Amino acid sequence: MKAFDYQRPETIAEAIKAASKPGASYYAGGTNLLDLMKVGVRTPDSLIDITRLDDLKRIEPQKDGSLRIGALVRNSDLARNVDILSDYPAIAEALLSGASGQLRNSATVGGNLMQQPRCAYFYDPHSACNLHEVGEGCDALEGENGKHAVLGWTKTCIAVHPSDFCVPLAAMGARVVVDGPDGSREISIDEFYTLPGSVQPPGSALKQGEIITAIILPSDAKRFAPRARYIKLRDRTSYAFAIVSAAAMLHIGDGRIKDARIALGGVAANPWRAREAEDTLNGAEANEASFKKAADAALADAKPSGDNAHKIELARRILVRALKAAADGTPPKMPDLPGSVFAVGKEAR
Amino acid sequence: MKDTTLRINGEERKLSADTRTTLLDALRNHLGLTGSKKGCDHGQCGACTVMVNGRRINSCLTLACMHDGDEITTVEGLGEPGNLSPLQAAFVKHDGFQCGYCTPGQICSATAMLEEIKDNWPSNVSGSLTGEAKLTPEEISERMSGNLCRCAAYPNIVDAIREAAEASS
Repeated sequence: MKAFDYQRPETIAEAIKAASKPGASYYAGGTNLLDLMKVGVRTPDSLIDITRLDDLKRIEPQKDGSLRIGALVRNSDLARNVDILSDYPAIAEALLSGASGQLRNSATVGGNLMQQPRCAYFYDPHSACNLHEVGEGCDALEGENGKHAVLGWTKTCIAVHPSDFCVPLAAMGARVVVDGPDGSREISIDEFYTLPGSVQPPGSALKQGEIITAIILPSDAKRFAPRARYIKLRDRTSYAFAIVSAAAMLHIGDGRIKDARIALGGVAANPWRAREAEDTLNGAEANEASFKKAADAALADAKPSGDNAHKIELARRILVRALKAAADGTPPKMPDLPGSVFAVGKEAR
Repeated sequence: MKDTTLRINGEERKLSADTRTTLLDALRNHLGLTGSKKGCDHGQCGACTVMVNGRRINSCLTLACMHDGDEITTVEGLGEPGNLSPLQAAFVKHDGFQCGYCTPGQICSATAMLEEIKDNWPSNVSGSLTGEAKLTPEEISERMSGNLCRCAAYPNIVDAIREAAEASS
C-alpha cells in the first residue's frame, strides 16, 4: 500500500479544507476504499478521516416531511431506525440484504453511494480497465463477465454498481446533499451516477474536496410504505452481491395503480431506475399481466455484455416477483431469502 | 508514524505505527495479541472479527490510527483457559470447529451478535422488522454469514451459539 498522510479533522470546514488538496480522499467506514488501497487501485496521498464529525451521524425528520440521513450513519443503525422501518421499509430490506453484520457496523450511508464496481479487472491494477485510466481498454469484455451489465453499458465499461441500498434510493428519487469549497448543493440520485460511456466511476459527480453530508428521502415516497419491497437474487443465501435485484413501490387506490416506482440493481453501472416500466403501470390493474408487461418494458433495451444473457430473464422475473410482493403489501413479516434452504420447513431443523 | 492509544480488553495500550497499519496487524504484530486471525485480509472471511466499542467489525478493514481512545475487545478479552466465556465453553462442548482458525472470529462475532439480538436488531430473515428478534437456527446462520468456516463446522457452531444464548437468557 502506498504511504499516505493521515488527518482527522474536528469540523466539516476543516475536513473540506484538507480534502480540497489534489490527492486527498475522505475516509469513513473504509470497507471499500481501504480494500482498494490494499490492492493498489486507489493510491491517495492523504486520507481525511471524517469518522469523528458527529454532525453527520444524525437521522432527522425534516419539517417538509422528508427524512435527512447523515452521511456517517452506519448501515446497521439505519436498518433499525424507527422512521425508516415505518416510512421507508424497502430501505431497511435492502440494507439488511447487503454484506455481513460486521461490514454493516462499519459501512456508512455516504460510503455506500461511493462504492466502486466489484469487477475483477477493475480490482486488478495490472488488468486493462478504463476506470483505472481512460483509454486502457476493458479486459472484462473478453474475460469473466457473467455478473456484468445488461443495461446502459458500452464497450468502455460493463461493470455494475454493487449497492443494494442505492436501488430503493433510486426508485424513490432520493437526493444527495454535498458540501464543499464552493458551498453546499443538492444532487439528485440520478445525477449522482453517470453511465460508463463517459468513463466516470461512482463519485465523479463530486468535485475535489466535496463531501457527502446527507441523503434526503423525499416525503412523497412515504405513500409507498404499505407496498414497498426490495428483493435480491444472489449466488448464496447470504453475504453476496446481487446477481440482480429489484425495488418495487406501488401506490394503489380504487383497485388501480396510481403511482409506481421501480429500480433494478446488479444490471447497470448505476442503480437503474426503470421509468418506462413505471409508466406502463400507471392506471393499470395490480395483477401479474401488468407486472409482466412492466418487466418487459424495463428490460426492453437489455443486451448481454458477455456471458450474462441469463441476467436479462432473471431481472425480468425478479421484478415481477418484487411487484407481486409489493402489491401483496409490505408484510410485518420479512421474506425468506429467495432460494434459501431455510425457506421450506423453517422449524424442521 | 502515528501514535495511537487503544484500550484493549480493558488495558490501555500505546501504539506507534505506520498509518497504513490495520487494526488487525496492530493487534497481531505490534501488540502480541495473536488471537485475532488473518484469513483473507479483505473483509470477506470474518476471521479477524473484534469488537470496537461493543460492536463487531472486521479488524482487517480498518486502520489502527483511526481508533485512538476506542475500546477494543479481542478473543483474549472474552475468557482464558480455566475461565472460558459461555460461548467459548459452548464451542468446546459442541465441537464448533475443526482446524480452529476461524474460531476466534466466530466467537467475537457471536458475542456481539447476541447483543444485537437482545437489542432487537432485525435481520434479513427476521419474522418482523420491528418485532422481537428471535434466536432461530436460520437467524443465527444469517447473522453469522460474515464468518466463514472452511472446515464447515457450521451445524456445531449454530448449536454452540444457541446453547450459550439460551443459558444466558
